[in-house]
Amino acid sequence: MEFLSYLVNGLSLGSVYAIIALGYTMVYGIAKMLNFAHGDVIMVGGYIVFVFMNQLGVSAIASVAAAMVVCTVLGVAIERVAYLPLRGAPSLAVLITAIGVSYFLQNMALLIWGSTPMSFSSIVSMEPLQLAGGRLVITGEALVTIGVSVVIMAALTLFINRTRLGRAMLAVSEDKGAAQLMGINVNATISLTFAIGSALAAVAGALLCSSYPILQPTTGAMPGIKAFVAAVFGGIGSVPGAMVGGVLLGIIEILSKAYISTQLADAIVFAVLIVVLLVKPTGLLGKKINEKV
Amino acid sequence: MKSLSRTTRKNLVTYAIVVVAFAVLQTMVLTGTISNSLRGQLIPICAYVIMAVSLNLTVGILGELSLGHAGFMSLGAFAGALFTKCMETAIPVTWLRFLLALAIGAAVAGMAGVLIGIPVLRLRGDYLAIVTLAFGEIIKNLLNAVYLGRDSRGFHFSMKDTIALGLEEDGEVLIKGAQGITGTSKDATFVWGFLLVMFTLFVVLNLVHSRTGRAIMSIRDNRIAAESVGINVTKYKMIAFALSAALAGMAGVLYAHNISPLTASKFDYNTSILILVFVVLGGIGSIRGSIIAAALLTVLPEMLRGFDDYRMLVYAIVLIAMMIFNQSPKLVAWRERTFGRRAKGAKVRKGGA
Repeated sequence: MEFLSYLVNGLSLGSVYAIIALGYTMVYGIAKMLNFAHGDVIMVGGYIVFVFMNQLGVSAIASVAAAMVVCTVLGVAIERVAYLPLRGAPSLAVLITAIGVSYFLQNMALLIWGSTPMSFSSIVSMEPLQLAGGRLVITGEALVTIGVSVVIMAALTLFINRTRLGRAMLAVSEDKGAAQLMGINVNATISLTFAIGSALAAVAGALLCSSYPILQPTTGAMPGIKAFVAAVFGGIGSVPGAMVGGVLLGIIEILSKAYISTQLADAIVFAVLIVVLLVKPTGLLGKKINEKV
Repeated sequence: MKSLSRTTRKNLVTYAIVVVAFAVLQTMVLTGTISNSLRGQLIPICAYVIMAVSLNLTVGILGELSLGHAGFMSLGAFAGALFTKCMETAIPVTWLRFLLALAIGAAVAGMAGVLIGIPVLRLRGDYLAIVTLAFGEIIKNLLNAVYLGRDSRGFHFSMKDTIALGLEEDGEVLIKGAQGITGTSKDATFVWGFLLVMFTLFVVLNLVHSRTGRAIMSIRDNRIAAESVGINVTKYKMIAFALSAALAGMAGVLYAHNISPLTASKFDYNTSILILVFVVLGGIGSIRGSIIAAALLTVLPEMLRGFDDYRMLVYAIVLIAMMIFNQSPKLVAWRERTFGRRAKGAKVRKGGA
């Protein structure tokens, strides 16, 4: 029973990682860049939900919707201002710019909301589910998190494979030049990717802060890194890979916290990543890169 | 000067910049005209300069992105500080003890570089970057969980807490988990920092212009071509990576003998990224650029104290603006169009006259 409840917690944390990892992997697939600022968009999402729900008294769903709108605008703005001018520049330059954006967002949040951690009240008002005569308790947050991420993953998979816009995204990630020749607006498609990724980050922020209710400017940093690891774990650039990677990573983290050591849980997560990459150098579901001479 | 080759002259200028900077700062220290905040920063500046130069060896010369450089620094720092704490009474001569601590710190970090290099260097590009980040975090987490004590029966080690060490009455806790090492003798001085920067420069500049250095750079420029002319790719990659790690370990020892307490959380991925920022802003592959960027950017946040709340924000905006200005393909092309043509025009006019 104990194991089952850890598993559910792991599944719930893993679902959040998966949603964040989707943002990383989609942006990587399409723009070939590591968007280090993605973790901080989660933090902004968390704060927006906090402001609307706790300070303005708006309902939970409306607050999350507002956060999604703000983060979408923010994500597209970041892409337009900071990343668009650097398209075609060396990847290291883009990486450093992304780090600059990450610093910017963290310090902006520090100026607006201060460094004192705020206690986030959960967006879920559901009674914990009692199973097996109260021996297995599943919190409402865990249920909602898992449910929401299943819906998001299904919707995203359908969107990418079944709609014109989604297939345009696939085409751009395959070959930018060829996609442009086929009449696809590459810049608009990349903006769309950032918009979707940032909206997902807002949802992830709300869910993450509901389960771990401490909100401060650095809240997004560690989950961001973990989700990034999850994306690489599953094969960066692959959408199903990010989902699998995220869920697995969450489960590994919670189980090692429970059974091995709280302090070493992060080290174990990273060690698993290294082992996976040594066996499968492009991640679990990543494409094999053919070498051209 | 004419008999010297171009590279020798370039290197001499780099050494000269460091010597002059040292002379000016040391005079300021001796005459007491230096501000207190800058005085406290002198040794960290030296440590960061060494870090930047050594990371440039991996990023600029070898051409592999490393996001875990601070991990090697922390290994060196802990090894060196531990040595000093254990040998405080056994070796009373400060300079000898510090020199040995430096050697041990560099050796430990260098060995870690080899061990980590074996799996890491098999990967490429972004995958390699994320694995170095993972190793940096693993080192931080492990060091955070280590407890080490010493008493009359010898050393005791635990991953749990100080009580689990089971020390005798006379025992002393050397490494206290997340609280790290406290009370390391402050053996590091600015002169030592300067000497170590010069040593690092000497090693790296000589390596770059040697047969080995050219082999390493050929791997960066075209791995397959390098392999096809018989260059042992794994060997040269390993040399560069391990040397970079060893120098970082040395910087860690310098850093550790200037602060107390020494905690592993100081060396997280933010520190690795900070050093990467030095390297990129100084110019990838440019050793001189790394030195200047590391020194200026370590002092800059202190100098922006007037802005206080806004200083990190300003730093972020400057970082983004500089990257876009220097690297945007459109801006680069525009600069070449406007300034390139003017430069050419000037040449023509000169020729006409």
